[in-house]
Amino acid sequence: MKFTNSPLLSQLLPAWRARFVAALILLAFGTLAARSVWLQAVHNDFLQQKGESRYARVIEMPATRGRITDRSGDMLAVSTPVKSVWAIPEDARLAPAQARELAALLEMDVRELNRRLAAEKDFVFVKRQIPPDVAERIGALGLPGIHQSREYRRYYPAGEVTSHMLGFTGVEDRGQEGIELAFEGQLAGKPGSRRVIKDRRGRIVEDVESIKPPQDGKDITLALDAKVQYLAFTHLKQALAEHKAKAGGVVVLDARTGEVLALANLPAYNPNNRVRLSGAQLRNRALTDVFEPGSTLKPFTAALALEKGRFRFDSQIQTAPGRLTIGNATIHDAHPHGLLTLAQVIQKSSNVGVAKIAATFSPEEMWRMFDDIGFGQPIRLGFPGEVGGRLRPFKTWRPIEQATMSYGHGISVTLMQLARAYLVFARDGDLIPLSLTRLDSPPVAGKSIFSSQTARELRAMLEMAVQPGGTAPKAQIPGYRVAGKTGTAHKLEGGQYADRYVAAFVGFAPVSEPRLVVAVMIDEPGNGKYYGGEVAAPVFAQVMAGSLRTLGVAPDAPLKPVQVAREAAAVPESL
Amino acid sequence: MLRLNFLLIAIVLASALGAVASQHKARKLFSELEREQERMRSLEVEWGQLQLEQSTWAAHARIEKIARERLRMKPPAAGQVLAVEAAK
Repeated sequence: MKFTNSPLLSQLLPAWRARFVAALILLAFGTLAARSVWLQAVHNDFLQQKGESRYARVIEMPATRGRITDRSGDMLAVSTPVKSVWAIPEDARLAPAQARELAALLEMDVRELNRRLAAEKDFVFVKRQIPPDVAERIGALGLPGIHQSREYRRYYPAGEVTSHMLGFTGVEDRGQEGIELAFEGQLAGKPGSRRVIKDRRGRIVEDVESIKPPQDGKDITLALDAKVQYLAFTHLKQALAEHKAKAGGVVVLDARTGEVLALANLPAYNPNNRVRLSGAQLRNRALTDVFEPGSTLKPFTAALALEKGRFRFDSQIQTAPGRLTIGNATIHDAHPHGLLTLAQVIQKSSNVGVAKIAATFSPEEMWRMFDDIGFGQPIRLGFPGEVGGRLRPFKTWRPIEQATMSYGHGISVTLMQLARAYLVFARDGDLIPLSLTRLDSPPVAGKSIFSSQTARELRAMLEMAVQPGGTAPKAQIPGYRVAGKTGTAHKLEGGQYADRYVAAFVGFAPVSEPRLVVAVMIDEPGNGKYYGGEVAAPVFAQVMAGSLRTLGVAPDAPLKPVQVAREAAAVPESL
Repeated sequence: MLRLNFLLIAIVLASALGAVASQHKARKLFSELEREQERMRSLEVEWGQLQLEQSTWAAHARIEKIARERLRMKPPAAGQVLAVEAAK
């Protein structure tokens, strides 16, 4: 039977069925149209965003860390980009030859490299902070799974000379010690980011929106003078080698402004290569280690005596027979002297003389003076680990303790505190705050501690101490008038004074118009000599002489033999 | 009416092509700007490296060594210093 003859075809369908199907199709079209209107016109952000994310990228814009320069603009710390090599261990399937090549370029052991690549992690650093030229050669190898990223590395051209002053940054370019930590807030930059559209070749064709511009860290100009710092460091190093000493420190301050021109400690370390670092190397001794300053404190006792009007410059004090018994303890002089004037007590550094002077003060008077010149409290320069030393409350002082404190025992200070305290004599009796950064204008007069008359008289006494008959003739410098005071203190070990010493010298020059204060501390000289005048004074003289010459300070004493060319005499009349 | 339509189509086409061309030009200029900025950054990096190099060459330890060893210089003794005073 033919299909066309099928009886089924002759049966008519009801008309509503056709209409029903047509309506269904229309409805489907309508839904599609509504959906497309919804997507294209009303709710279009979502799709646009999705589309954009296929070719738009957020790019990190790294910010560089600020540079650190010395007062004349010499670079002390600079960040420069380096590459770090990292790997996705799963993708990094290297042939043995490739691994050897990579290890050779990275100066690594092949086994160490393979061990890292075998790690069960998604991301491992193979080696961080490699020089750009090596990075380029590694990139050229085209190894699978090995990638590079840009990082910053900090370089310190002066190396160990500035190590304690500057400190260093960690591998993440964050300050960890010294200035790097103290000024972290200013030095650190804030990385920015931007959204861009890239074409298929990876070129940026358009900024979608500029989100955050990177903020580079601020450069910091220190008060430090690189030349003075170098002098301080090298002379300290020589002295340590010569006297076989354990450690040492030098601080140089500008007496007019309170700027820290140099701060050197030994043992030091090379901040560019910190593979093996010991705690001893890291210690910023001038700020974090306290010592008993010994006789370097005597001038303060003398100044207080002048200030209170109980003694004059030439008041006589009986120091014979070189012993003084207070309670059940006895104070000795290194060499017995007879009747001395106050000035001579300082010049000869008589413990007995100073103890007798101190006995005329109340504990509170003496405590107040020590407190005023900043002992017992940290200077707060912002350095990590700064300490304030020990100054016990005066109510607990026994008479013998007051006597020993007058010559610097039973009290402890840092080298920086001691140097700062001597600013009082180098200036006209006022104490100014210290500054690590270069000051554009000298600070206004600080807190007055002594009268200018007292300061002047102390300068004369301290000048006597470095002249023949004093304790430190080795602190003299040709061409300049120098003043200063030695200190030789027994070290405290487990509450007992041991036969180990700290030799110190603090002084300033030129006396006619003091410009620099230099403090030197040498810990445990072990080569026979241990007196401050023998060990620390020569370092002071070398650093002071070099610094005065570097800074162009006019000599205030005749050079021997005198050679002065007067301009008027040197130019013939006929010209 | 037909002519007007053709005219409008021509104008629309011209403006569309213009938009495409100017967009292309903008992108070219932008990528040029991008290149120059990249150059600026790399020059800045190079400057930092040169400063570093300069201060490494000018390190005081190195200068002292050369002055003492190669040039045989030494600080003058006290008697060798001549002080020049300004006329009063």
